[in-house]
Amino acid sequence: MDSFLKSGKLGGSVGDKNNQVNNEVSKKKRSVPWVEKYRPRTVSDIVQQSEAVQVLEQCIAGADLPNLLFYGPPGTGKTSTVLAAARQLFGDMYKDRILELNASDERGIQVIRDKVKTFAQLTASAIRHDGKPCPPFKIIILDEADSLTNAAQAALRRTMEKESKTTRFCLICNYVTRIIEPLTSRCTKFQFKPLDESKIFERLQHIAIEENLQIDDDVLNALVKTSGGDMRRATTCLQSCAILKGKDATISMQDVYEITGVVPEQWIKNYLQACKSNNYSKLEEFIETFILEAYTASQILKQMNEFIVNTDEFTDKQKAVIGEKLGIVSYRLQDGGSEYIQLLDLGCAIMIEYSKTG
Amino acid sequence: MSLWVDKYRPKDLSKLDYHKEQAENLKKLTQRGDFPHLLIYGPSGAGKKTRIMCILKDLYGCGVERLRMEQLNFTTPSKKKLEIMTVSSNYHIEINPSDVGMYDRIVVMDLIKNVAQTQQLDVNGQREFKVIVLTDVDNLTRDAQHALRRTMEKYITNCRLILCANSTSRLTPAIRSRCLGIRVPAPTITEISSILQNICKKEGLTIPSEFAQKIAEKSNRNVRRAILMCEACKVEQYPFSVKQNIAEPDWLMFIRAMSRKISQEQSVNTLANVRGDLYELIIHGIPNNIIFQTMVSELVKNCDISLKSEIISQAAFFEHRLQHGNKAIFHFEAFVAKFMCLYKKFLEDTVGDVF
Ligand SMILES: Nc1ncnc2c1ncn2[C@@H]1O[C@H](COP(=O)(O)OP(=O)(O)O)[C@@H](O)[C@H]1O
Ligand SMILES: [Mg+2]
Repeated sequence: MDSFLKSGKLGGSVGDKNNQVNNEVSKKKRSVPWVEKYRPRTVSDIVQQSEAVQVLEQCIAGADLPNLLFYGPPGTGKTSTVLAAARQLFGDMYKDRILELNASDERGIQVIRDKVKTFAQLTASAIRHDGKPCPPFKIIILDEADSLTNAAQAALRRTMEKESKTTRFCLICNYVTRIIEPLTSRCTKFQFKPLDESKIFERLQHIAIEENLQIDDDVLNALVKTSGGDMRRATTCLQSCAILKGKDATISMQDVYEITGVVPEQWIKNYLQACKSNNYSKLEEFIETFILEAYTASQILKQMNEFIVNTDEFTDKQKAVIGEKLGIVSYRLQDGGSEYIQLLDLGCAIMIEYSKTG
Repeated sequence: MSLWVDKYRPKDLSKLDYHKEQAENLKKLTQRGDFPHLLIYGPSGAGKKTRIMCILKDLYGCGVERLRMEQLNFTTPSKKKLEIMTVSSNYHIEINPSDVGMYDRIVVMDLIKNVAQTQQLDVNGQREFKVIVLTDVDNLTRDAQHALRRTMEKYITNCRLILCANSTSRLTPAIRSRCLGIRVPAPTITEISSILQNICKKEGLTIPSEFAQKIAEKSNRNVRRAILMCEACKVEQYPFSVKQNIAEPDWLMFIRAMSRKISQEQSVNTLANVRGDLYELIIHGIPNNIIFQTMVSELVKNCDISLKSEIISQAAFFEHRLQHGNKAIFHFEAFVAKFMCLYKKFLEDTVGDVF
């Protein structure tokens, strides 16, 4: 009987061995996700993040590379930037010259001590296999560094200092505050900002043409709007639409909403209507249905917030009261609170404000 | 003899009874080369699991139906031994990471790496990837969710994830944006009632459509529950009569009775008594949020609108707190006590008004 995991040994220390297997296996002909397919190959393909791009281009032209710290929201090009830079710096040797560790790898203090140290101590020559010159150092990429433990970060500090001749570090994270100060002070920091809607639109349009998609500009625009400056999200959404609708199908507004999880406008209206009616069972019924339809509570909160901020139905003071409730409820939801009870709580708060309006 | 719920579970995407357009889209999806990670979400009893099995069958053929249960062992870096039950075929493996609680990250990561490392056994197979089904991902720790981010990108050539959740509110945007989300709404009352009629037909039974409708309504749009109730009714009394009693789940009746107690008498005695009931529910593995929700919706029934909103706001506070402590009973009791105070005051005030 051949078992699903016959050849795998679980719980062992599997690490970079994996990467190699994985890299060898991924042949060109495989259908790759668009996020990978359209990942910028060179640093100059990175849009918007001009500070990081400028510095890296100077390094590619020969200047010394500092330790780097990239921080910013998801899908803004942090991983892509460093991978592209490494590819340009080291050419086809780049796989030997980088060590990529992310939060999925075991990264306790022991790993920092062993793996990072061992890799850092390897020597790196200043010529490529083909005789061309290349920088005499290696890059250790610690992606998702905000989930490194403090002890591991502290251990890293020493390694960083000791190996500074032959190794550069690139730390990548969403929240710079999660990185200890002694580390941040040893790196040149670059903030990656959410991409402009126009930039995302351009790139999506480019992908749409390459992939032969039928999609109207306003539908594409709706998709861009829901992405919140996250290029990965925008790209996956576009691919998801394409995958789900199959070849040659036209992608509609409806599809975009379904894929992005946006709650249709009607549901926001019904929620408010139920609150306005001052009838608790109506509110209860609305929320039960909302959950049964599997819409996402955190998403309706986001859209509700938009509505409350822009409406004329409430005074500023009332908006503040509702806004505070929105904040609390959204925090509790994220934190594991029940959708049913939290949405009821918000509903009651809005109901009270409506009854004051008379 | 298997239960109707298992016996009549559709095995093919084309045989699914509702959300047909979605099923068609899923079918197209399995036929393409670029099968993505999926996030299948919807309330319980909406048919998520059935859909997942149909997708797998479409991907790999009948082989996925030869299932085996296996226990896998993992070791944490601190040398703690973990055990987790898995259900797998040659093509996929299913685990519920929350079975190992706070250690879910290690289990999920080790599993993905191992699956990515093992080459597809069936060389002639048309798929170069295997599937890992993670159920109950609502409960994945932050830690595990963070760890999944890059892994999902990195190992995508050799394995795909199918995540299954009741709701996506607790998933980080990073995870959501790496999956194709498939919303599975609960089927409508009409859809459920026609499923019940079909099953009865196949069993050679006749069921009045009015009665099927009645069961569907009582099921709270939960197909699994509806089919179970229908089979229970059949055992109780056949031929069916529209007036016959439809037994609801025990826990539901139990929580209702408990809530009645609380509304009837607000005293330390009742509180002590209710403690026993709560323990009973917890011991029987009724999820905390189900207990809380059911209790709240029962308790507010006799209150006026302003008291209702006060109670909801207290419930929202305590229910959230419950997520943090590891002793659920404290928070349940705190809420019950709070309710009793508010309710008693309300009763006294209304009585006062009368005089
Ligand atoms: N600034 C950018 N310029 C061009 N493409 C980008 C940019 N930011 C993100 N992308 C695209 O989005 C996807 C994810 O980017 P990635 O670098 O992995 O994001 P991060 O590491 O910041 O989360 C990639 O496919 C990449 O092509
Ligand atoms: Mg990244």
